[in-house]
Amino acid sequence: VTATGLREFVADTAAGEDSSLAAVESALSQAFTVRQEPGAAGSGTHRRTWLDTFDWRLYKAGLTLRFEQARRGGRLVLSKADGTPQAEQPVTSWPRRPGLAEDLPPGPVRDRILVLTSPRALLPIVRAVSTVTVTRLLNADGKTVARLVADHVMVTAPAARNTAADTTAELPLRLTVAEVRGYPSQARKAAGLLAGVPGVSQASQSVFTAALTALGRHPADYTSGVEAEITATMPAPVAVARLLLRLLDTLELNVPGVLSDIDTEFLHDLRVAVRRTRSAIKLLGGVLPAGLAEHFTTEFKWLGDATTPVRDLDVHLLGFPALTGQLVAASPAELEPLRAFLARRRAREFRRLAAALRGPRFRAITQDWRKALLEIRDVDGPRRRRPSAVALALSTTARAFRRIAAKGSAITTDSPPEALHDLRKRAKELRYLLEFFAPLHDPVAYRKVVSDLKQLQDCLGEFQDSEVQRHEIHDLADAMLAERAAPAATLLAMGEIAAKLALSQAEARAEFAARFARFAGPAGQERVRVLLEGRA
Amino acid sequence: VKIFATYNIKGGVGKTTAAVNLAYLSAADGCRTLLWDLDPQGAASFLFRIKPRVKGGGKALIRGTKTLDDAIKGTDFDHLDLLPADFTYRNMDLLLDDAGAKPTRKLARLLRPMAAEYDHVFLDCPPSISLVSENVMHAADVLLVPLIPTTLSVRTLDQLTEFVAGFSGRRPQVWAFFSMVDRRKKLHQEITKDLQAERTGVAATPIPALSMIERMSVERAPVTVFAPRSVAARAYRALWAEVQQDPKP
Repeated sequence: VTATGLREFVADTAAGEDSSLAAVESALSQAFTVRQEPGAAGSGTHRRTWLDTFDWRLYKAGLTLRFEQARRGGRLVLSKADGTPQAEQPVTSWPRRPGLAEDLPPGPVRDRILVLTSPRALLPIVRAVSTVTVTRLLNADGKTVARLVADHVMVTAPAARNTAADTTAELPLRLTVAEVRGYPSQARKAAGLLAGVPGVSQASQSVFTAALTALGRHPADYTSGVEAEITATMPAPVAVARLLLRLLDTLELNVPGVLSDIDTEFLHDLRVAVRRTRSAIKLLGGVLPAGLAEHFTTEFKWLGDATTPVRDLDVHLLGFPALTGQLVAASPAELEPLRAFLARRRAREFRRLAAALRGPRFRAITQDWRKALLEIRDVDGPRRRRPSAVALALSTTARAFRRIAAKGSAITTDSPPEALHDLRKRAKELRYLLEFFAPLHDPVAYRKVVSDLKQLQDCLGEFQDSEVQRHEIHDLADAMLAERAAPAATLLAMGEIAAKLALSQAEARAEFAARFARFAGPAGQERVRVLLEGRA
Repeated sequence: VKIFATYNIKGGVGKTTAAVNLAYLSAADGCRTLLWDLDPQGAASFLFRIKPRVKGGGKALIRGTKTLDDAIKGTDFDHLDLLPADFTYRNMDLLLDDAGAKPTRKLARLLRPMAAEYDHVFLDCPPSISLVSENVMHAADVLLVPLIPTTLSVRTLDQLTEFVAGFSGRRPQVWAFFSMVDRRKKLHQEITKDLQAERTGVAATPIPALSMIERMSVERAPVTVFAPRSVAARAYRALWAEVQQDPKP
């Protein structure tokens, strides 16, 4: 139905869909001749799938993306949350597996979402099967002056794991009055009659939103941030347990995505959760029962190490297009053997990782850890005397800052790279502490400190990553030679890449002094003092 | 946008039935189509069950106090809209004459904003030679001329072709087609055959005189809708396929 000016209603079909439709038709027949229109444009069965990334990037940007299936292929429609169309493009098929935006054929939808979603895959969030019937509303001349579109929608949320069952729900019958051009008053009249039918009310939600509600899904229910629910006066062990439980939730939420190898961000987020957990155990573990921290320090180190090889290869592969783009002397084609080698290695390492995540040790870690943390959170009695959450936050944050100030000030142009690597780790720990206790800090003071710290971290990250990657290029060259997978041209191109990396590292090194001064100099110290003492 | 106009100096030769059916077929192909019923008698409007009335009348449209867009009505069919007739169109000659510079180009100017919204526009003209018909010829890309197979109507076609050839600048393509052809009449058969052989721009498809076509005023719908498999509907489909191409040289 190609009419504009839609008026949408929902009908309470508790008394049966047929009887509520009969009531609607009888109300409309006060003013119109009501006639079914089989085969009308838009009638029949329609399949739609709403897509978003695991972390709801489109939703958070105020966009919805749906795939409308046609007999052959279909089209992707991008719209604003209020339904305003933004872009659409035909696609021959939507792959069964979640796809990356970059795998789409060129078109306006791809252009709009590529940067926003990369490197995340688009997952089906809700599938809907609509059965649409169209009824014409005729005036005394037998002219169609409006249409009633009835849409019976069944919605399904695909299961997060392959083993679990999909969730299905039926939405209330949706009734839409479609205006025929040039007859706006007739559509208004029909809408007025419809609104007067008992059980019929204005639709307040889009089909997508109604489907999410019916399926019990909350938009933006995943975030990779910490966002633990802690308060200043909470006993420190309870706050730490809440924090660690939140990190464990994030870790576990990402496991199915890692195992299905949907996109590289699942593993990234899982690793961040592991790193945060390890830092929290190290810096805050003192308030946990004796022995617990020691055991899980070992276990989470094992888990972190198990995930490292795949992530390192992911980073190489994700950065590959940028890498080849930098080549001046060599041609991108000459690096193809390297890419193929990396992909083979990744496949091998991924099998190891999947085995670890499906194995008993991983299961034991997550189960035991959760059990122990829940006990601390819920059973923790008032017997022992403990600091409050805010006291723990202030003392640990102040200590972490002092440590960075001291270590950073000792770094000179002659210092070995290890000094900067060590400083990077300490900066990361401070960053995590700030994030853990973010709810206890003044937001403005927090943002200022984090912004300075981030500048410093970026510089230290660039320095170390360049160095690590340069060493990896050397190791890869050795490994490729050993496997006879390295033509001379490829090795030369890799040499050029290594040179570029050395250059970036030198640049980062040159910038370090200024960034550090900004963070730990008098102004930076004052910002940290405001952050900590403004609360104390 | 491509603008088609059905025109003949004579009335009752099948202009409106052709315009209504071809416009419907265009829309059925998925082309966004507008039919402007310029005839104050409002036959095309009647066939689509739309009241022959435009608020403010022809004056408001020609003077631009009301845009064409505001007056357009959706028909019962997808992609097909109608700009209804209005009884005041009988004075359109005077209105066009008052419309300022280049009065013969006024309709073309009014239609310009429709280019983005429609793929095809059909103009159903009142029978006459007037400023209105001259405007239509300047606005149209294709002139569809229904001819009853008589010697006189052939002369009319010659006059029209000559008239259009005298235009400076853009000229519409002229497609004549035989209309209301009675196969039992020997003269009809001869003229049809001869003219198609002699002249370019004469469609090979004739529209026969059929009671099914007359039934349109009873059904109030295109024959291509209520009798899609009829001889009449088939003839219109063949004609539509033909006139979308350029006439053979």
